[in-house]
Amino acid sequence: MSQDVALDHVTMRFGSVTAVRDVSLTIAAGEFFSFLGPSGCGKTTILRMISGFMEPSDGRIRIGGRDMRGIGPNKRPTALIFQNLALFPLMTVADNIAFGLEVRGVAAADRRRRVRELLELVALPEVADKKVTELSGGQRQRIAIARALAVEPAVLLLDEPLSALDLKLRQHMRAELRAIQRRTGVTFVYITHDQGEALTMSDRIGVMSRGVLEQVGDGQTVYDDPATAFVASFVGEANRFPGTVLDAADGRAAVDTPFGRLLGRNPRGLKAGDRAILFVRPERLAVAPDGTADNRVEARVSHRDFEGAFVNAFLTGAGDRRIVVQMPHLGSEPAFVPGAAATLTFRPADAVVLPPDGEA
Amino acid sequence: MTAERFRRLLVTVYLVLFFGYLFIPLGIMAAATFNTSRFPTVTPWLGFTLDWFRVLYEDHRMWQALGTSLVVAAGVIAVAVPTGLAAALLLDRLHSRARTFLYALMVSPLLTPGVIIGISTLIFWRTWFDLSGGIVLTVIAQSSFIAAYAMLLFLARLQRFDPTLEEAALDLGATHLQVFRRITLPFLMPAVLSAAFIAFLQSFENYNTTLFVRGLDTTLTVYIASKVRTGLTPAVNALSLILIALTIAGAVTYEVLRRRDARRALAEQARAEREEASGDGAPVPAAARVPARA
Amino acid sequence: MTGVLHRYGPVLTGFIVLVVALWVVMLVVLPQILMIDFSLRPMLPPSRVGGPEDVYTLANYMTLWTNTIHLGIFVKTIWASALVTAVTLAVCYPMAFYLAQVAPKRRLPTFMMLLVIPFWINEILRTFAWYIILAYSGPLNNLLVGIGILDAPVRFQGDGSVILGMVYAYILFMVFPVYNAIESLDRHQIEAARDLGAGWLRIHWRIVLPHARPGIAVGCIMTFMLAAGSYAVPLLLGGPQSRWFTEVIYNWFFEGGNWNQGAAYAFILLVLCIGFILLMMRLFRVGLTDIAK
Repeated sequence: MSQDVALDHVTMRFGSVTAVRDVSLTIAAGEFFSFLGPSGCGKTTILRMISGFMEPSDGRIRIGGRDMRGIGPNKRPTALIFQNLALFPLMTVADNIAFGLEVRGVAAADRRRRVRELLELVALPEVADKKVTELSGGQRQRIAIARALAVEPAVLLLDEPLSALDLKLRQHMRAELRAIQRRTGVTFVYITHDQGEALTMSDRIGVMSRGVLEQVGDGQTVYDDPATAFVASFVGEANRFPGTVLDAADGRAAVDTPFGRLLGRNPRGLKAGDRAILFVRPERLAVAPDGTADNRVEARVSHRDFEGAFVNAFLTGAGDRRIVVQMPHLGSEPAFVPGAAATLTFRPADAVVLPPDGEA
Repeated sequence: MTAERFRRLLVTVYLVLFFGYLFIPLGIMAAATFNTSRFPTVTPWLGFTLDWFRVLYEDHRMWQALGTSLVVAAGVIAVAVPTGLAAALLLDRLHSRARTFLYALMVSPLLTPGVIIGISTLIFWRTWFDLSGGIVLTVIAQSSFIAAYAMLLFLARLQRFDPTLEEAALDLGATHLQVFRRITLPFLMPAVLSAAFIAFLQSFENYNTTLFVRGLDTTLTVYIASKVRTGLTPAVNALSLILIALTIAGAVTYEVLRRRDARRALAEQARAEREEASGDGAPVPAAARVPARA
Repeated sequence: MTGVLHRYGPVLTGFIVLVVALWVVMLVVLPQILMIDFSLRPMLPPSRVGGPEDVYTLANYMTLWTNTIHLGIFVKTIWASALVTAVTLAVCYPMAFYLAQVAPKRRLPTFMMLLVIPFWINEILRTFAWYIILAYSGPLNNLLVGIGILDAPVRFQGDGSVILGMVYAYILFMVFPVYNAIESLDRHQIEAARDLGAGWLRIHWRIVLPHARPGIAVGCIMTFMLAAGSYAVPLLLGGPQSRWFTEVIYNWFFEGGNWNQGAAYAFILLVLCIGFILLMMRLFRVGLTDIAK
């Protein structure tokens, strides 16, 4: 049923602008794959090329091994859920869901049966005869999913479908989308700029920036082992310590930063003299009164945000550089009194040294 | 009297004069229908009669002209509405210079005097296709500018169309023709109706263009004009009165429908915005509760 | 063009392009070109068309210059149409301003309906109404004699009645464009100007009129074009001494039987209208895109 999607050196140019640059990737059959990136990074262009609304300028797209060049969107085994859902306002819910079957010439009785099944699947069995304009935002969302699934696509493409919903509903829908994907086994290709969505739902994530696929991996890999400076700063929060590599050995690099010499992992094999940024997640920083650790950062507390389960402390040091520390609220964490001096430490294994963007 | 009150009085006087200027002539023309005078007038009033309706009813040439007008109008609707639709669909998808140029070309018949449209049509079809004046040429000549009206109506409606609906239908496997028939055309249906209505009215009342291309056929408007010149009786007023009554009924219906449509669109928009603002009562995701089958 | 193909597919695109091409080429462009071609050739019997005498010449255009009666009618048509346009603007501007800025919102639909209804009614009928009023034994003569302004009835038919009838017939082509333009003016601008001490005249001259330029240009263009190209109004309301240029054109076709001559006159009328459009665009400093809306 579900099929894989293979992108082979895909490039898309609009005039002098290159929207997608040499992307190669295989999305496995039955996988939940997300393209994550800021707006304008080319992720929507990729989706429109897979669905057939655009042809790549260069490269090849295969679905289930079949080359898709020259095959229109109505002939591809894909179904797209639009950002604005694009439900047909002049049709009832049932007619919307049955539309794909109707144009394929499926008999009316079979269509009705299938509509019932799909409405069950999305847990809205009673809305078949309503107009789509009478539905709430969340209901419309589900009808759009049902309509796309009705044509039994091998690949379901989703273009930020949750962006119009409020936060609470968005979180419900994440779980529901994931559940529907598991039940149907269809390959999901999901587009989002929301890292929370990408991290919670996806089997794998492709992080994109300015038309380039920066990194592909599961959520934890992308978060823990970012391949580029862009990924490190776009996915999750990260403290940046820019500087120059002093020496590198045993998979580690020491960077000369405004805070002094700091040590981190060196996955990209940077050499002494290279420009580099050392990234540390806020939750990997600790306050060390004894000052025994390798990496010591002297800073001063500017303020503290209490978030319930967490405490975020904002500090400045080495001139006016900002540092964020996040700690679980266990009652035993430091008080972070504004103006107080603090020494922050972190393990070299918790920091990663990467070249600045554009110097890869 | 204060300046403010004086200004109000001035406004009232102006409004009365303006609407008086608009409606008194029509009222006098209507009233003359019921005067027994052989020449249509309200002065002197010789007595009330309905006889001019009978005279009109017995006028064979009037019925013939009415028939011609209806045939021409039907022809114009059949030609101008699809043409205007095709033009609007094309313009809606074009951009930049080509669009501006084509648009200017398409609306140019609206800025051209009707007599010139009639003359150029007559010369062209006579010379190249040996087609002389008559019903067919009248349909052609009228359609050449009425199609532009239809195009403007379709273009206005298309501006409110969400093109992702077409993409969605295409994505679900529909052919382009199916998309047009099931998605685009139903959306444009109100504009099709108003375009047909406008086309009918424009065709029915056209005089300047028709005059040159009618040949020996006489439309109702041409007939009225010729009656005024020769053989004027209040029967012409009776005919005018009926036409005005029908026109007013049509105009009121059209306006009422148009406003209802506008109100509905507004209400729907307000509803959507309210929902955005309030959010949903997020039900427990059902599929998440059901264990996976696969 | 590829956008069109993508959106509508080959069959529908083919149909669309074919229909539009037929319309634009066969009904709009070629007839005009052939009319111009006709106007540049002498009238010849069918047997000699295409023969050695069938050459391009400006003779048909010279006719207007040498025929003083026709030239007089042409000039009269120009100034009378301009006068109609000016009077119509003067009559309509207050109404457009009142509707757009002053009238209470709840009464607007009624006013609009009252304006739209005569707009829907056949031009011939609207002119016929004035024919009755202005008739020798009609109500206007009776009224004027009755209250002692006139001693005896007058023959109104002539240039004056034609202009009056045209203002009446084309009033709404002026009201609506001007109304639309003034309607988009922010009321606060007027209030701000008044607050700064500007009088009403200055407010209109400096604030409202400049804002309404595109609407006024469109209204004037439509009114002038309709007036200069009108056949019905002069036919019904004009006397034997007050012929209109369109009537001269008509006579070349259906009484003189000289189509080439008629085509030349028709083209002169078209050039006049185009010239007026250009003049308005210059005068009101608006572009083609403002007009073609």
